[in-house]
Amino acid sequence: MNGLAILIPVALLLGSSGLVAFFWALRSGQFEDLEGASIRILEDRHPDTENTRDDNR
Amino acid sequence: MSRRAAIAGPPDQRISLFNVPGIHCAGCISKLESGLVREQSIVDARVNFGLKRLRITHGSALSDTALREAIGRLGFEAERVTDDELVNIPDERKGLLRALAVAAFASMNVMLLSVSVWVGAEGSTRDLFHWLSALIALPAISYSGRPFFRSAWTAVRRWQTNMDVPVSVGIILSAAYSLYETIVGGPHAYFDGALTLIFFLLAGRYLDASMRRRAHDSVIALQKQRPTKALVLSPDGLSHWRPTDELAPGMRIIVAAGERSAADGIVVEGASNIDRSLVTGESLPVRAKAGDEILAGMLNLDGALTVRITASGKDTALAEIGRLMEAASQGRSRYVRIADRAARIYAPFVHSLAALAFLGWLVAGAGIHQAIMVAVSVLIITCPCALGLAVPVAQVVAVGSLARRGIVVKDDSALERLAEADIAIFDKTGTLTLGRPELVELPSLAPEAAAALLTLARSTRHPLGAALADAMEDGDAGYLAASAITEVAGLGVEGRFGDRRARLGRPDWLGLDVSEISDDTLLRTAFMLEPAAPVLLTFRDRIRPEALATLQSLAELGMESRILSGDRSQTVTALAEALDIQGLAELTPAEKAETIHVLAERGRKPLMIGDGLNDGPALRQAHVSIAPAAASDVGQSAADLLFLGESLMPVARAVRAARRTMRLVRQNLVIAIAYNLLAIPLALAGLVTPLIAAIAMSCSSIVVVCNSLRLRSAAS
Repeated sequence: MNGLAILIPVALLLGSSGLVAFFWALRSGQFEDLEGASIRILEDRHPDTENTRDDNR
Repeated sequence: MSRRAAIAGPPDQRISLFNVPGIHCAGCISKLESGLVREQSIVDARVNFGLKRLRITHGSALSDTALREAIGRLGFEAERVTDDELVNIPDERKGLLRALAVAAFASMNVMLLSVSVWVGAEGSTRDLFHWLSALIALPAISYSGRPFFRSAWTAVRRWQTNMDVPVSVGIILSAAYSLYETIVGGPHAYFDGALTLIFFLLAGRYLDASMRRRAHDSVIALQKQRPTKALVLSPDGLSHWRPTDELAPGMRIIVAAGERSAADGIVVEGASNIDRSLVTGESLPVRAKAGDEILAGMLNLDGALTVRITASGKDTALAEIGRLMEAASQGRSRYVRIADRAARIYAPFVHSLAALAFLGWLVAGAGIHQAIMVAVSVLIITCPCALGLAVPVAQVVAVGSLARRGIVVKDDSALERLAEADIAIFDKTGTLTLGRPELVELPSLAPEAAAALLTLARSTRHPLGAALADAMEDGDAGYLAASAITEVAGLGVEGRFGDRRARLGRPDWLGLDVSEISDDTLLRTAFMLEPAAPVLLTFRDRIRPEALATLQSLAELGMESRILSGDRSQTVTALAEALDIQGLAELTPAEKAETIHVLAERGRKPLMIGDGLNDGPALRQAHVSIAPAAASDVGQSAADLLFLGESLMPVARAVRAARRTMRLVRQNLVIAIAYNLLAIPLALAGLVTPLIAAIAMSCSSIVVVCNSLRLRSAAS
């Protein structure tokens, strides 16, 4: 029982932090172009286009 | 927020969207993005790879043509996305995705707790787990379930029912029942079932929403084609600009070269070539002189015309097209999608079944508590989980497959309707043909003559001039300094090169007799640099690549093809014969729509493929419609699907994919219903525990999803 008192809050905390992270990712537009994102990892960095990620739809 | 600021942009910046079908690799992305940013007054360029769409933030002075050229210099073909609203579309998908994330989080945590109960947690541990589940599930259900509750409430308030009514009732009842169990310390709580249900259904809803584009208002697109003001000539001989809606019959307006007429009228002065393609679909410019009719929206190519207005504002032929389109769209909105048809039968069935189970168990002598439990488990087990996924998953997979082949599905019921189509109706100009004249053969000219020709060709607004310049662009013809280039209205252009006179224009103007050349499908112009003899230049509106093969594929699919064109009958007949199909010519937009209407009355399901404004009513009237992505604004917004590129083959490919999709959707529905038929007796017998419900629900959903994934190659 004592173990549960620690483990359950920990599980909930981890889960909800995942949820918060997902909300953040959604807000910053990272789900706009999933196919493109998988390809962009091969791309050299363009600092000038880096900060415009959330503008695309 | 920063995003809002970026969309509105600083006042001197605009955002333009382009469809760029050629994007297919990482190299394309970086080439476009970094290449465009180097251009002057382009602030930012961003590729959306999935949509093959390019978003450019640029100085507002930069025209679409300039942007397209800039993209062209990087080696890509681009079409402007005409619907500006796409830029600012409020995305219902984001709300759904958030609800989906909450449901996923909650259902996984509750499932963890539930598994402990299923494997035998008892007494106070079980009660604690149930309470924890309730603590997570109740807020999650009330947040994530809102899309269903809202839609169900709207339906119930109007005394109707839809798929969301049984879903909502099932979710609310099972949550309430589980809460009761938790409070009294009972053995069965269905929190996990309710949450998994919401999760799966939201997934289906999200996929569905990702296919749906906002209904395009084709009438607004139409109004953009009309000039907003006109140069009115007052009786005292002065002229001034007046807004279009102040025009009235009897007024005289001046339509300058390069302008579209703002009203219908009769030419009283001047002579010019008129590009009537916007209204009639004719490919060839028509010569207009005093006494000829000109309609609003027609483009005056070379000489200035004075026009006496006969109809303006709402009475113009252009406005009539708008009304026709509106009327045709109303019939369209009555189409009921297959998922909704299923729901209409399904919802009452499930509710009566649950009620019967409740009464049946009461009559059989069970307590109220047990009767409610059975009724709830019937609702949970029959909840259209797989049914909710059956249609959207299959369609989304198919739409993705089509998108990879350059076919954009704009309407969420388009695939269903396309699968039903049994006759294909083609427009001619711009649909079966590419819609632009191409030089058949470049005559061999002396370098000096070639340079003079190119100079003259570039100086005229006539479409043949542009085609000529296009054809010569790749050659080595240079510019030749010319003096006094003049456009002779309705005839051609003339220029002086040193002391030699050059003319480009109508063959008879240059003294060529062309009456014995009878092939009327060719457009002709002539060129002469004195003292050499005039040369005849012939143009042709080229048939789209693979047109014949496309028609054959359609025939193999059991679809007859026909041409409906506004163009002259000689041109249409020649093309119809070349393609071996029936053709009707010289049709007004209203007649096109009427022909389609008559077909539909006879029980046919016409597929209309067209591009022009004059096809607008027909595109809306047809059971389903396809337009090339290079179509006019109106054509683009009126059609259900768009295809990119020059080939016509996407039409046949789309039909084939649509039929395959609907076959698979029906399979999915059978799977979903078969599962319910198996599970219902168990539920009625009161044998369904939360564990069984969870397993059954997940299995049927997974089977449906896996089956749908087979459509990944639907468009190949």
